[in-house]
Amino acid sequence: MRILVIAEHENSQLKSATLNTLSAARHLSDDIHVLVAGHNAEAAATQAVTCSGVVKVLLMDDAVYQQVMAENLAKLVQKLAGSYSHILAPATTFGKDLMPRVAALIGVEQISDIISVESPDTFKRPIYAGNAIATVQSMDSIKLLTVRGTAFEAVLSEGGDADVENLDVVCHAEKTRFVSAEVVKSDRPELTSADVVVSGGRGVGSEENFQVIYDLADKLGAAVGASRAAVDAGYVPNDMQVGQTGKVVAPQLYIAVGISGAIQHLAGMKESKIVVAINKDTEAPIFQAADYGLVGDMFEVVPELISKL
Amino acid sequence: MKILVAVKRVIDYGVKVRIKADQSDVDLTNTKMAINPFCEIAVEEAIRLKEKGTATEVVVVSIGPKSVQEQIRSSLALGADRGIWIETGDEPVSALSVARLLAKVVEDEQPGLVMLGKQSIDSDNNQTGQMLAALLDYPQGTFVSKLVVEDGEAIVTREIDGGLETLALRLPAVVTTDLRLNEPRYTKLPDIMKAKRKTLVGTSPTELGVELNNSVVLLKVEQPVERSAGVIVDSVDALLDKLKNQTGVL
Ligand SMILES: Cc1cc2nc3c(=O)[nH]c(=O)nc-3n(C[C@H](O)[C@H](O)[C@H](O)COP(=O)(O)OP(=O)(O)OC[C@H]3O[C@@H](n4cnc5c(N)ncnc54)[C@H](O)[C@@H]3O)c2cc1C
Ligand SMILES: Nc1ncnc2c1ncn2[C@@H]1O[C@H](COP(=O)(O)O)[C@@H](O)[C@H]1O
Repeated sequence: MRILVIAEHENSQLKSATLNTLSAARHLSDDIHVLVAGHNAEAAATQAVTCSGVVKVLLMDDAVYQQVMAENLAKLVQKLAGSYSHILAPATTFGKDLMPRVAALIGVEQISDIISVESPDTFKRPIYAGNAIATVQSMDSIKLLTVRGTAFEAVLSEGGDADVENLDVVCHAEKTRFVSAEVVKSDRPELTSADVVVSGGRGVGSEENFQVIYDLADKLGAAVGASRAAVDAGYVPNDMQVGQTGKVVAPQLYIAVGISGAIQHLAGMKESKIVVAINKDTEAPIFQAADYGLVGDMFEVVPELISKL
Repeated sequence: MKILVAVKRVIDYGVKVRIKADQSDVDLTNTKMAINPFCEIAVEEAIRLKEKGTATEVVVVSIGPKSVQEQIRSSLALGADRGIWIETGDEPVSALSVARLLAKVVEDEQPGLVMLGKQSIDSDNNQTGQMLAALLDYPQGTFVSKLVVEDGEAIVTREIDGGLETLALRLPAVVTTDLRLNEPRYTKLPDIMKAKRKTLVGTSPTELGVELNNSVVLLKVEQPVERSAGVIVDSVDALLDKLKNQTGVL
């Protein structure tokens, strides 16, 4: 069994979700290839070389891969697919956009968001906002999987010494044109891999009020998340949404402030180790999922918490 | 320009699913069902494009047993013009099979734009739109929170993990919706009455020449490990004490 992992990267380095995906791949086989498609992506390829379990890094470096676009990247992966028993990518917006397109080009189903590898053809995955866990078996000749990062410990980028093979497979995106990107820059840890996450909901009330959430997060060295309601109301950008249809997090400590605890929100954070809920409503469902609940007005409680940390 | 919208019947988003005692599947008997919220957003966007004069007709299509006609009717009540029902049995249809069926409808209908939800809230697959785009060799814009159609292109703003990205897709194209694209309108009673008179035609996989197969077998469905409610602390000091001394996370 030879596995292909599609690296998500920023040319200069691998995204952490790629390291979790490599870990899922290691449950399948020790013969792992990594595809790094990008532009000036030697550094990302060099990092992939060192990851444990990686035997070969396929580096496809060309300006057409500067911007990730499913249209041409899917064609590239399709060309490589025949040599592999499994193709894995992280279940991030990158992998979710790409992998079903690859699956349909090859003519196989794709299994989304796996949380465990039971055997080479059998996997577990959450369905219904994580309220049920399905065990599914794939009969396809090539198994296409996206991997939920929080379910697999990241591999170390050390110890490995894979070979690098330079590819020359340039596929053009003829019908997709990149216009622009608005990438949110932050000095805080990345939401999906942070040890501590502080999230705010509709109860925070405004964009200005969110400052107190950022202040608490900075005191704790935490990443900041939010509920859908907080994003919809424009308090914070979309990349902060935690939940069934946003990002999945599983930190050591998750602090939910002014969040009621809808099933869609719980789907994104219930694997956290310790959950703290701060809410003024004793009946809020979030308390049913919290290790420690504090009933009170966040505008009194959170500043006090900050001052005592 | 014609717009084709794929809508799916799913569990109502406010309902927590039950699991069958024998763990063979989820149990949907007597469960409240609804149009998948992302599909409703897709229908709303198509209707807005028609109201703006960009689109001329909005056609909705749904795949499933007879009950999915309800979701086609509710889309017609929102303002879609006509419905197509592809009848299958009660067994769920795989994502690739759905995409193959939709590809046939696209061949027949020749829409300028095909809209789907980004994700079904039951299977949580997030696959069908991307698969359909591949089968048709169309460009795709997934997780879209803003859509502008001009000069033969769909300019889409996508919600991605790092923020937002804007792509221009040459039409015909496939677009999948995210939550921020719009807020669907409420249907009024007269619209529901009017929807009953709109055309809804039935067809089948056989008529469309698509063989349904599913290479992914559902072996088991289990309850996840549930979090249990912990303790309510009465002060910030008590909270800090617990976090420092009982959990070691601080
Ligand atoms: C298709 C679909 C997908 C969805 N996906 C997601 C998702 O991925 N993530 C997600 O989060 N949601 C998602 N939702 C939305 C979800 O159903 C809820 O509507 C949302 O999570 C509610 O956000 P909230 O808890 O911030 O707001 P609310 O439910 O309004 O709760 C606000 C809370 O703040 C408390 N509060 C108010 N003022 C204060 C104060 N001063 N101090 C302390 N507490 C206060 C209130 O008591 C209340 O409990 C989705 C919904 C749908 C239909
Ligand atoms: N049975 C179906 N009938 C019509 N559309 C569907 C069906 N299944 C999936 N879709 C479409 O595909 C989208 C994404 O679904 P999924 O890939 O299952 O998460 C949905 O929001 C619908 O637009």
